[in-house]
Order: sequence, then C-alpha cells, then structure tokens
Amino acid sequence: MKVFMLGWEFPPFISGGLGTACYGLTKAMSQAGIEVIFVLPQSIDIPQATHVKMLTPYSSFRGDRFSHDYSGLEHIRIKTIDSPLQAYATPDQYQKQLQALIDLKRSKHRISEVHGQEVLEELLRMHGGDAPRSGHYGGDMFSEIHRYAGSAVRLALEEDFDVVHAHDWMTYPAGIAVSAVMGKPLIVHIHSTEFDRSGEHVNQGIYDIERRGLHAADRIIAVSHMTRNIVITRYGVPGEKVEVIYNGVERNARQNWNFTPTPIRSDEKIVLFLGRITMQKGPEYFLMAAKKVLEEIENVKFVMAGSGDMMQRTIEMAAEMGIGQKVLFTGFLRGEDVERVYKMADLYVMPSVSEPFGIAPLEALNHDVPVLISKQSGVSEVLTHVLKVDFWDVVEMANKIVAVLKYPPLQMTLREHGNFEVRKLRWADAAEKCGRIYEELLVQV
Amino acid sequence: MPTICFYFQVHQPFRLRHYTVFERSSSYFDEFKNASVCRKVANKCYLPTNRLLLETIRRFDGRFRIAFSITGVLLEQFEKYCPEVISTFDALAQTGCVEFLAETYYHSLSFLYSPDEFVEQVEQHVQKIQDMFGQTPRIFRNTELIYNNDLAHAVESIGRFDGIITEGADHILGHRNANFVYRPPNSERLKLLLKNYSLSDDIAFRFSNRHWEAFPLTAEKFAQWVNSVNGNGHVVNLFMDYETFGEHQWEDTGIFQFMAHLPEMVLRHPDNNFMTPSEVVDAYPAMDVVDVPHIISWADTERDLSAWLGNAMQSNALHEVYRLEKMIKNVRDERLLADWRRLQTSDHFYYMCTKYFSDGDVHKYFNPYDSPYDSYINFMNVLDNLKRRCNLLAAERVSQSLA
Repeated sequence: MKVFMLGWEFPPFISGGLGTACYGLTKAMSQAGIEVIFVLPQSIDIPQATHVKMLTPYSSFRGDRFSHDYSGLEHIRIKTIDSPLQAYATPDQYQKQLQALIDLKRSKHRISEVHGQEVLEELLRMHGGDAPRSGHYGGDMFSEIHRYAGSAVRLALEEDFDVVHAHDWMTYPAGIAVSAVMGKPLIVHIHSTEFDRSGEHVNQGIYDIERRGLHAADRIIAVSHMTRNIVITRYGVPGEKVEVIYNGVERNARQNWNFTPTPIRSDEKIVLFLGRITMQKGPEYFLMAAKKVLEEIENVKFVMAGSGDMMQRTIEMAAEMGIGQKVLFTGFLRGEDVERVYKMADLYVMPSVSEPFGIAPLEALNHDVPVLISKQSGVSEVLTHVLKVDFWDVVEMANKIVAVLKYPPLQMTLREHGNFEVRKLRWADAAEKCGRIYEELLVQV
Repeated sequence: MPTICFYFQVHQPFRLRHYTVFERSSSYFDEFKNASVCRKVANKCYLPTNRLLLETIRRFDGRFRIAFSITGVLLEQFEKYCPEVISTFDALAQTGCVEFLAETYYHSLSFLYSPDEFVEQVEQHVQKIQDMFGQTPRIFRNTELIYNNDLAHAVESIGRFDGIITEGADHILGHRNANFVYRPPNSERLKLLLKNYSLSDDIAFRFSNRHWEAFPLTAEKFAQWVNSVNGNGHVVNLFMDYETFGEHQWEDTGIFQFMAHLPEMVLRHPDNNFMTPSEVVDAYPAMDVVDVPHIISWADTERDLSAWLGNAMQSNALHEVYRLEKMIKNVRDERLLADWRRLQTSDHFYYMCTKYFSDGDVHKYFNPYDSPYDSYINFMNVLDNLKRRCNLLAAERVSQSLA
C-alpha cells in the first residue's frame, strides 16, 4: 500500500497539532508497512514567522538544529513544494507574509539559493509566465493554493501510489487534482473546519474549498464525532461517507533527563495554558477563570505558553483585569521548553471554544499533568479521567481549577488514571483504521 | 425444608446540589432532584411493590413474610416528599408479617471510622423505626452488608440484637454454604444470616438478561431451584435492593408478575415456608462459627470496600468527614450535626469510585454526577463550608461563655 499524502506541516516546523498528528500518523503507518509519500509546502526563512525558524527546503529534514527524532519513518519520503503556505494562516496573514518574503528577496537581490533557475522556470511555465518575476508565489493565498495543487500534480506524475490522502483545506484542491489526474481514490482528513477556527464569521473562500474537498472525497476522516457532525450538518455531506478516527499520542520514551524545576516561588502553584492564542482556543475564558480563582487563592500563577493573533489582546486584557502580575506569557515553546513547562505545571487547561480534537491534553497527561478541558472538544469524547467544563462557564472552570490546587488527592487520582488512560490512545490504531479505509476504497474501484 | 427469608434494602441518599468553592450558602442538598427521584421511584417501585406485597400477604393469610431495612435518610425524604409511601409501609407493618431491620440511620460507613458515631446512628435508626412502625428491630444489617468479626463484636455490645445480616461470600464460607444459620466467633447471642448471592442475584440482576441461559425466569423455575436446597440447608436468604422491582428491573420485564406468583409456587411444596430474619434466628440453631477477620461487603465482584475506599479521593473525603466529629459534637448545633451526618451517607463516596468509571455500569444508577472527579470536588466544597460554619459556631460559643 502506497499513499500520496498532502500535508501542511511536519515536525519540527509546526505551529499546532496538525504537524504532530501528521508525524504520529505517518510514523505508525510506516511501522505498519504502509508507504507514504508526504508532500509539504515549505517556505524559506522569513522574519515574519516569529516562532518558526524555517530552514531552506531539501536541507530541512536532515536539519540537525532541532535533532528531531525521525527514526521509525523508514517508509516515508518527504517531498516539499516551495510555497509560503503555513498551517493555520489566514488570507490576511498570508498577504503580510508574502510581502515580507518579497521584501527579503529584494534585499538579498536573489531568490532562494537552493532553488535554481530550473525550478523557477518550471513554476513560471506553469503559470503561463505572467506572474511577476519578483514573486513566483501566487499573489494571494487562494491562487497559491491552486498553484500548490499544480505542483502536487507534477510531483504525483512521477510517483506510483494507490490512494491520495489530504490533510485539511489548503491541500484539498491539490488532493482533488491529483486524484482526478491519476484516477486514484481521495481521502480527505479533517482536523479542523472553518467553523472551529472562525466561529460564525467564516471566510467564504475557505468554506468553499472545504466544501468542494469534502464533496469530492471518496471518504472523509473526521478526528471526532463533534467534527463529523459539523461536516454533516454544515457542509451537507452524507453521513455514511464520514468516519471518525481519533488521534493518538506517542508514549514518551522517558529521557533520563534530570530537570528539577525551579518554582517561581516554592509555594506557588502553576496553571498552564499551552496552545495558539487565538479565538478558537478561548484565551479570554482562561483569563476570566484565572481572575475568579485569584479571589479564592493567592499563591498561583497562570502561564500562557504559545503565540497567535490574539496574544497582544490577551496581554492587554490580563492587565485590564488587574491580574497582569499573575499571568505570564512565554511565547511559543518547543522541545525542552515544553517539557520544562509541563514539569512545573499543576494543571493544564484547554478552554477551547471549538476544538475538533486537541492533542495537547494528551501530551499533558503523558507528562503526568492533570487536565481540564472544555466539553466543546473532540478529545473530551475519548478521555474520561479528566475534568470537563463548558468553555463559557468560567465560574465552574475556576471552581475546578481551585479544587485541583486545593485538594491534592484529586490531582493524584487524575494523574494516576489519566496517565494510564492516555496509553490506550495509540497512533497504531489510527493508522490501522486508515489502512482499512484504503483497502475498502481499493476494493470498490 | 428450606425457609425463604426475603429482606429488601430501601434507601435513597440526600444528594448534594452543585456547590462551587465560591459559595457560602449553608443549604447543601438538591431539594428538587431528591424530591423528583423520590417521587419517581415511589411511583415505579415503592408504591406498586408495596401494594403487591400487601395483597400477597393478605392472600396467604400470614404464610408470606418479608423484611425491610429502610434508611433514616429515606424515611425523612418520604415524610417530606411523598408521605403516602409511609402509610403503605405502615399498612405492611400492621399485617404482622413484616419485620423492620436496624442499620445506621444515615446509611453510613461510620463503623469503619468512629465506634461512637456508629452506635449513635444505630440507636437513632431504632428510635425512628419504633416511632414510625411500632416495632423494635432485633436484627442488624450494616451499610452495604459490610461485615467482619469486629462489627459482630460492636453490635453484640449494643445489647439489643439477636442477629446480623451479611453477604454469603464464598471465601468466608469455604466448603460450607450460605443456607444455614451461623454465628460469629466468641459470641453468645448473635446469629448470622448470610445472603444466598446466587439465587438473590438471579432475581436482582439476571432476571431480564436475555443472554442468561435460564432466561426467562419464571416463578415455577425459581421455586424448583429453592426446592433443590432441600436436604442441604435450612434457609434461603434472598437479600436485594427494593428498587429491583420496577426500577432495576422495569415493569415490562414481568418482575411484578414473577413476584406475585412466587409465593404460591414456593408454598406448593409442603416443606417450604417464608420467615422473617428474627423468626429464622429463633427457629434454627447456628451450625458453625464463621470467622471473618477481613472486611466483606455485598458490592461488585470483589465483595470488598473498594467501591467506597478504592482511590485517594475517597479515602481523603472519608477521613476529612470523620476528622470533624469532635468539633461538630462540641458545638452542639442540631442542624450542623444533621448536615454533617447526611454527608456520611455511603453514596457520596460511591459516586467518587473510579473503578468501573470508563466502562460505565451499575455505578451510574441515579448518580447525579458526570464523573467521580466532579463528585469529589462538589463534596469537598460542601465539607469545606461545613468546616467554616463549625469554626464560626465554635468561636461564637467561646465568646458567649466569656460574656
């Protein structure tokens, strides 16, 4: 079995759960003997990307800078298409990024050093040569997505595979194109919908791409029943086409890494928010709960680890609420810093307004940190040994945070059972289910 | 000649309302929920089953006999929410064929934590039964049939009981069976009635199970099983939750018809009869001593305490409750004492059980919480407030005595 897989991000260059999910899933597939050709839009260094230090394509996956563990990925080949598409970007951000990219290139008076004239010419040829020379990237996000689709088809023509598997909307046009040109079944994997990201203020263009992708797909994989329901009710997709495959989590190979956390103050408790600071993740509910918690207990700090378009607003909000000295912002964390912050945390809180799945709580549990999640999350369908709350119910959220900090047996029991429960969520099972879907589709063809 | 001895456990706790750490109110219990559960169970179980049993007793003219253990906390709820249930129990009491057993008024685990509190609650329950039904209980049953040698000793020293009811767990019986009367070690007066869990559970749990090989269970079939005890036992103790009738087994399973026909089928055999627990104690000699050094109960398959004391939250909550005993009793405030005692009801700790939580099963029955963690948080918040009230009152008492 050979899969042509289209993704957006892959560790260590990730800004959210999608990259983690793609990594876990493909690794497990590889171990199950499924071959994966993983196609990725890869951008070059741009100053705008505060949290990601991008390496140039082709060298990135040998990158020793982050010494990421790529063992177990023997059956995976990664192909990149030079493109500034980034996971979780919005058309506005894309414009800014593109501008930054063009400026950077102008300042250097050359284009990407690894991409020779040859690549450029091909790209120009594809676009009929009418694209401005300074930016061989599409002028807006949508045309870039279609350009990406074109490149993917070119890549696909050189490959031999059985099915096409596309992750989230940016890759759907590419998925549709590859599937149509090559005559292979299309599986669309939905990790998040426009309604999760933007509430009711959806971007019509993105919605249309999602809808087209979902309808063109031979089978849809949703990461939770919550997402499956959105796919059915909001996109008008027949239910029998949509299957739920939950994400998994990689069991930590406990490094003998001895880090003794230095507490901010020895008797200080730490409540952790770790994720993108965006509307979807509900940072303001976290702050409102924090405010309420501080009415009851003093010796607690709230750590917000992550970055995002609401970060500035959230910092201001904390100050306005008068709890600025109790809320710490760390910016985007990775690698050892993530480990460190988990080690210090007494509780992890995910107050997401709409979370299709939510891998982060699994990772918190993996690090022996008890977890409080919103009921508006897919992961709450699979976890039982966690605390759950409606994201808008900040009093109850605060009530539960206080309880964890105040009653040690609660923390102990949650940690014990939670850590055990999370072991049952394995990528191997997700990969096996994907494999079964591939088989089913191939039999039908 | 097997005697059938029926005893039904009748209990509902005072469930707590949702109580956050930010609250300061001293009303802890969910009046609406408790009233609606009480009325619902009354309509589906207590009233129709009482009616059925009353008719049956009258029909058999004293030959059909049964026993109840009704907790004090449920009797209080009946008085508050559905007094008509009390009158039907009273009608049963008037027949002279119904015995009422004694237990801890609050259906508590006090025996495990405080001998004094345990005795006080037993006496309170005996008093309540005397007041309501004009009977003085002679047989004791502990919460969830929790039992060991120490309990037997504690109950014997109360001085008013002739027998104790507990589980016929295999490991305490060894080669013996539950169908005889036994006695605890070093006891002069007490006899032990052990639950025949196999025949009891056939009615209580398996009755409507379509995958059970004996399905459907008819009164005739069950009577044959009882008859087969003949020659190898004196008494078949059928102990179960009263909610079995109409609630655990819904009306449409035919449980009421089963019960309506059972006495006739049993009594067809001339050697069979029905007795109440104290009649069994009077009628049969103790065949042997049963030594129970370790605690048993009737819960789950383990038949131990793990449903109430299986995790850190449960043991913490229980310890915290009983740690308040001295302080609460010192301030001598009726309402505070009653609130504290209502928090001792074993159900609160049962809700915190994480044992079968992921699978979901009998532990969910009328459980007001979504998760054991929620129940622990709620309980601890209430307890916290109780402690606060207690401290305030204690401070008041001190200033009064100084004034």
